[in-house]
Amino acid sequence: MSTKSKSTFADRAMLGRAVRDSFLKLAPKTQAQNPVMLLVYLSAILTTVLWVASLFGIMDAPSGYTLSIAVILWFTCLFANFAEAIAEGRGKAQADALRAAKKDVDAHKIPAVDRKGEATIISSAQLKKGDLVFVKAGEQIPADGEVIEGAASVDESAITGESAPVIREAGGDRSAVTGGTTVLSDWIVVQVTSEAGESFLDKMIAMVEGAARKKTPNEIALQIFLVALSIIFILVTLSLYTYSAFSAKLAGIENPTSVTTLVALLVCLAPTTIGALLSAIGIAGMSRLNQANVLAMSGRAIEAAGDVDILMLDKTGTITLGNRQAHDLLPVDGTLPQELADAAQLSSLADETPEGRSVVVLAKEKFGLRGRTLQDKNMTFLPFTAATRMSGVDYDGHEIRKGAADSVRAYVEATGGCYSEECARIVKEIARQGGTPLVVAKDRRILGVIHLKDIIKQGVQEKFADLRKMGIKTIMITGDNPLTAAAIAAEAGVDDFLAEATPEGKLNMIRDFQAKGHLVAMTGDGTNDAPALAQADVAVAMNTGTQAAKEAGNMVDLDSSPTKLIDIVRIGKQLLMTRGSLTTFSIANDVAKYFAIIPALFMRLYPGLGALNIMGLTSPQSAVLSAIIYNALIIIALIPLALKGVRYREVPAGKLLSRNLLVYGLGGFAAPFVFVKLIDVLLTVCGLA
Amino acid sequence: MLQTIFPYLCYLAVLLVLAVPLGRYIKKVMFGEKTFLSPLLGPCENFIYKLSGVCKEEQMDFKKYTASVLLFSGIGFVFLFLLQLLQGFLPGNPQGIGSPSWHLAFNTTASFVTNTNWQAYSGESTLSYLTQALGLTVQNFVSAATGIAVLFALIRGFNQVKEKHLGNFWVDLTRIVVHILLPLNLVLAVALAGGGVVQNFKGAESVTLLEPVAISAEGELLSGAVIDSKTNTVTINGTQVPGATVVTREFVPMGPAASQVAIKQTGTNGGGFFGVNSAHPLENPNAFTNLLEMTSILLIPVALCFTFGEAVKNKKQGFAIFMAMFLCLVVAIGCIAVSEQSGTVQLAQNGTVNLSAVGQAGGNMEGKECRFGIAGSSTWAAYTTAASNGSVNAMHDSFTPLGGMVTMLLMQLGEVIFGGVGCGLYGMLAFAILTVFIAGLMVGRTPEFLGKKIEPYEMKWSVLVCLATPVAILAGSGIAAIVPEVAQSLNNGGAHGFSEMLYAYSSAGGNNGSAFAGFNANTVFLNLSIGIVMLFARFLPIIGTLAIAGSLAQKKKIAVTAGTLSTTNGMFVFLLIFIVLLVGALSFFPALALGPLAEFFGSIA
Repeated sequence: MSTKSKSTFADRAMLGRAVRDSFLKLAPKTQAQNPVMLLVYLSAILTTVLWVASLFGIMDAPSGYTLSIAVILWFTCLFANFAEAIAEGRGKAQADALRAAKKDVDAHKIPAVDRKGEATIISSAQLKKGDLVFVKAGEQIPADGEVIEGAASVDESAITGESAPVIREAGGDRSAVTGGTTVLSDWIVVQVTSEAGESFLDKMIAMVEGAARKKTPNEIALQIFLVALSIIFILVTLSLYTYSAFSAKLAGIENPTSVTTLVALLVCLAPTTIGALLSAIGIAGMSRLNQANVLAMSGRAIEAAGDVDILMLDKTGTITLGNRQAHDLLPVDGTLPQELADAAQLSSLADETPEGRSVVVLAKEKFGLRGRTLQDKNMTFLPFTAATRMSGVDYDGHEIRKGAADSVRAYVEATGGCYSEECARIVKEIARQGGTPLVVAKDRRILGVIHLKDIIKQGVQEKFADLRKMGIKTIMITGDNPLTAAAIAAEAGVDDFLAEATPEGKLNMIRDFQAKGHLVAMTGDGTNDAPALAQADVAVAMNTGTQAAKEAGNMVDLDSSPTKLIDIVRIGKQLLMTRGSLTTFSIANDVAKYFAIIPALFMRLYPGLGALNIMGLTSPQSAVLSAIIYNALIIIALIPLALKGVRYREVPAGKLLSRNLLVYGLGGFAAPFVFVKLIDVLLTVCGLA
Repeated sequence: MLQTIFPYLCYLAVLLVLAVPLGRYIKKVMFGEKTFLSPLLGPCENFIYKLSGVCKEEQMDFKKYTASVLLFSGIGFVFLFLLQLLQGFLPGNPQGIGSPSWHLAFNTTASFVTNTNWQAYSGESTLSYLTQALGLTVQNFVSAATGIAVLFALIRGFNQVKEKHLGNFWVDLTRIVVHILLPLNLVLAVALAGGGVVQNFKGAESVTLLEPVAISAEGELLSGAVIDSKTNTVTINGTQVPGATVVTREFVPMGPAASQVAIKQTGTNGGGFFGVNSAHPLENPNAFTNLLEMTSILLIPVALCFTFGEAVKNKKQGFAIFMAMFLCLVVAIGCIAVSEQSGTVQLAQNGTVNLSAVGQAGGNMEGKECRFGIAGSSTWAAYTTAASNGSVNAMHDSFTPLGGMVTMLLMQLGEVIFGGVGCGLYGMLAFAILTVFIAGLMVGRTPEFLGKKIEPYEMKWSVLVCLATPVAILAGSGIAAIVPEVAQSLNNGGAHGFSEMLYAYSSAGGNNGSAFAGFNANTVFLNLSIGIVMLFARFLPIIGTLAIAGSLAQKKKIAVTAGTLSTTNGMFVFLLIFIVLLVGALSFFPALALGPLAEFFGSIA
């Protein structure tokens, strides 16, 4: 996944492998998987047989003509194989890199957490679910598992491509480790959660290689359509043979159509363009997703992503920057601003969180208070705890506390202090504006309120507006109170929000939307997200998340980026659009091919039909040859499009449709007229026609 | 110009004005709501349930509904088949007509059970009154009703959310016959009789000709003959014609024509009371009856589009489907009218034939009735082939190559440009499913139609519904082309001869029933193959439609957002037309090239 920059065609080795694979894929078993191309394959065999027969004097059509048709048909098969092979190429390269990470290592199996000394060394392949292994700095983690003791920095570049190490520790939401990654410092005890062959790495290899690729429902539906068209065209060509015999008999001449030409007509009419590129489009879609560092557990999930119309996004990290910043200091009850700033700064000196640091900076910038050092006074710091929901400092007999409004209120009122109306009003006002109020108290007297503000990420409003145009609603999920959430939601431009979100709340919301006929996508990392992830139609689990979350989701985001969902939707839509556009293109092509071949077939029978030869093709033979050469070359020409996907814009469905219809429908109609004529001219100039 | 197109505009306007309220009425009937006729017909309906023991409340799932449709058609098939074979022994046969051959009986049975009304027999000499009344007329009603019933099963499929029920076939059938077909045809029959269509129970009569005609010894009509009525001698250019006879009396058929013609038209059946169908002066005597009959061809099919909109609570959707069909119809009428009005190069030569459109209008009048002219004949031709009716007031065989090609193409499109009652619309809805599939992919969504996701199961059946007609026509005519005896059935050689054969199978595959006159279809091979084509093209789509309905009913409804592809706007209408034409054109371009196109280009070369 680290080889993002290289374009597909630039890589010579990959190209060589694809060419080799194109020939290997000529095996009947492989061909049988794609009905449309199987038709071409059988046609190629048939014309080859006809050519051999012509060498022995059984003439269906002139020997050279039959040979050229046969050769072109074989090339058509090869081109289709090549398209698939080149699409698989990138995945194969990735898989090779992953396999390198997945070698057997020695695992230090221990009988229990407190008996680390009694490790037995066994091969990682022999590890069973539930086994405990001890891994220390410099060693590779032998299998997927959950950290049950210790904490360590782990290099996960083997799977994520990201070289910065990550922390993995027991308890909490960062406990999952992946086999094949390396511990850089410290040690951990890992409980194995998957056995050899079923590990994350194994799944990943299978996915990127396309081995686990099953046809998605949408792909099957499209294939049904293509097969039906092919059947119609088989009937068209078969009946054309008998019609032609019938008409020739009425006119008292010999049947003018040869089997070779009819086979050529059949291949031209069959939707070979989309048939040849169909699997390449699917593989490339998967591959694009992999490049975005997302691992889909099934192709189905990518398609579902295209249909999603509700995105549930976590506020933090997606809509706002991860950290809030102090925006203002508001004294109450006649306190001097200076006094409040001083207290606020003192209480935050030891607070290493971004919020804490921003308070220090604000006090310095606004009130010129120089940063003081811890040694200035005899200070004891009290860190923030979930129980007190306050932090603070004690010095020289003074107590400074800052924290959530209700906690500080309880703290001051416990000793008869007063929580004034003014303070309550300011707290409420800040919350209404989407900020977080931190109340500061000194010696159990409230000084004022720090206004912590969420910083909305740049460009999210535009992003959400675009999504809305496409019909996708965004829902912000946050633990904030409804007042704050509403303000941030309004500022960020999301359509709705879920405040004070609990796992059940999320689950219910998803169920509600689904009952109304919506498809919901969400991201999650913690174990408590697992039920919601399992319920969502598209569920992206963070790679940093817990094993439970990963198992509940149908995609894993290796970057653990909250905005990834938007990319996933884009890739899903692009995949479907590419299929649809190329299908339209393929079918629209047929019109021109008819105009090339029908007059060529029947000009002898009905000279008047020459009027349909609107391209003015030189001879019947050159017309047929030009049409099938075009038919083969267009596959090659469209491979880059199939791999890259058609251009995607965030516009309403109607606009998207008219644009794609214009480009691929009208384009598909016009292109063959131009290029068949061009090929005909070339053939004529070269004297081949 | 306006004078030329005025009649066409009137025809279309009359059709629409009548169809819109009828559409609303049909919806009310089928949803069991009260209508102005309920007090009268409600008791009749309930009486039928009581008599037949049908439980009105019973709901059928896909399997039961399909089984009921097939059972009902099957029983009708066996009954009609036996009725024909045994007619020689049954009463109601004053002329003592014997039984038709088994293959002709098969063909006729298939033809009437499938709402096709292809007539390989000639009514007067092959079938007894009993067979006509108890067999054909009954099928005219119930085959039409079956089509509408299947459409409503599909409508319920769209409306239901996570349910299995598609309604009750017996209730649907009864309601359609009692509340829709009977009253409508009663009104129409009275109007037609008032307009001059014969309606009596007398035997045929013989009347004296106003002007005697002469016939040669070979039985051919002599033109330009001078008849001396005193001596009964015939002279042409002063020389006496030996062996010529003078005819002074004429055979005038009678019978209950008006009532039969009504259901023939409204039920998209098309089987004429008289041999030449509505070209016959007693079946369609004047412009008034012509307007009535022509309008009633498309009346129910057009009305059903509006019914559909009301029934799925999306009037715009009904209108969009209507527009797609209507635009195709208008273009078809235009093509036929222009071709017939301007005739051919040969007709235009030296100005020998009047091709003007004003005053005493001319055009390619061969095979057309003077009392209908180009406008009345072209519009009828388009209506009858757009709907799977098949009745004619002019001989399509004598149309210009391009005019004849349009009638053929309308049938080959699968009879979805309004099409047969019920079946035209459900056929078009299958095309709509194909359209949303392609269009949905192009906007990056897995497709949905009316809030229902289109998945492989629906695709499979939609494809079968849409392709049943092309497959049936191509396979049937393809095989016929290598059967040596078929060439002997042709009336013409060359490209036109091929067209006759292609037309026969297109008519059967579209369940239309009209024919290029002159094609002798009563042979073992043709009777069997055309019969099979009709059955295939009728029942595969019925099963497919019901399967789709059953699957859709069980799905939830997807919410509509800005990302949802609109299926009610101009773009969708355009795409739907495009897909219908594309499937038709791709399937039949080679065939048409060897038939009408070859004929056309041959004639202008």
